[in-house]
Amino acid sequence: MTIWWSSWSDFWAMGGHAYFVWMSYGALLVAIVVELVLLRVRRQRALAAIEEERDLEAEN
Amino acid sequence: MNWFYFSSPPTFFRLAGRLAPWFFILAAVLAAWGLYLGLLVAPTDAQQGAVYRVIFIHVPTAWMSMFLYFVMACYCGLTLVFNTRLSAMMARAIAPTGAMFTFIALWTGAFWGRPTWGTYWVWDARLTSELVLLFLYFGYMALANAFEDPRRGDRAAALLALIGVVNLPIIYFSVQWWNTLHQGSSVSFKGTSMHVTMLTGMLVMSFAAWMYAIGATLVRVRSVILERERRAQWVREAGAA
Repeated sequence: MTIWWSSWSDFWAMGGHAYFVWMSYGALLVAIVVELVLLRVRRQRALAAIEEERDLEAEN
Repeated sequence: MNWFYFSSPPTFFRLAGRLAPWFFILAAVLAAWGLYLGLLVAPTDAQQGAVYRVIFIHVPTAWMSMFLYFVMACYCGLTLVFNTRLSAMMARAIAPTGAMFTFIALWTGAFWGRPTWGTYWVWDARLTSELVLLFLYFGYMALANAFEDPRRGDRAAALLALIGVVNLPIIYFSVQWWNTLHQGSSVSFKGTSMHVTMLTGMLVMSFAAWMYAIGATLVRVRSVILERERRAQWVREAGAA
């Protein structure tokens, strides 16, 4: 269970493949954040639609 | 035990709300462990160099892209055969997460392929069939939302999803059936050729992806239920639940 890298700069450099490795991991991170935001937006819209429905009902 | 109890939308709405946070917590813990193993502990691959570390997210997202499609298709089958409401809502809730994982599998594959194969993309059987999977997810979502009556959308999209299932074995076996640039499996039911830390990291990341997918699906299905049942008595009585 020892750490493979000898330093943090070694780790970030990824043996010269930093661009490809971090573009991959970064994309996954962005995708997850975007999905979680969209989930939140969708829930708020659904709740707003229920409120609207209830208000319409109250007017009639 | 009454199996139909949990298939009623109000009951499932509450159950999903209680369960979802636990799946996210599990996913976070597993991801932390898997990333620690994959990025920090596992040795660098002698042939590919450090870029091989992309597999710790490439393989789990690719597996999940196929597995989620399979689960979605099962719910679609239930929808068509039994005309159950919740199964159609579950299928709708899975699709965006499945599409997300499919996109990431393609994206990470491209960024692994550039330094390893010398190209981001090639029209190889594995890559092309995975791209078809992404379009199947998009097609499913578009068709499901294309009808005024959501129940008709459910059924039309379910049919599309079921037809698309033929693509799954094509993706899985493509590396055996055709002479693809994409390599064969490193892990199969017969065993593996990988270093034990690499394998553990990949499996842990796969479980993390699985738990995340369940959490995201449960949160989304709650919104789908609210959208579809907003005129129902229980939703209005529950207030801003």
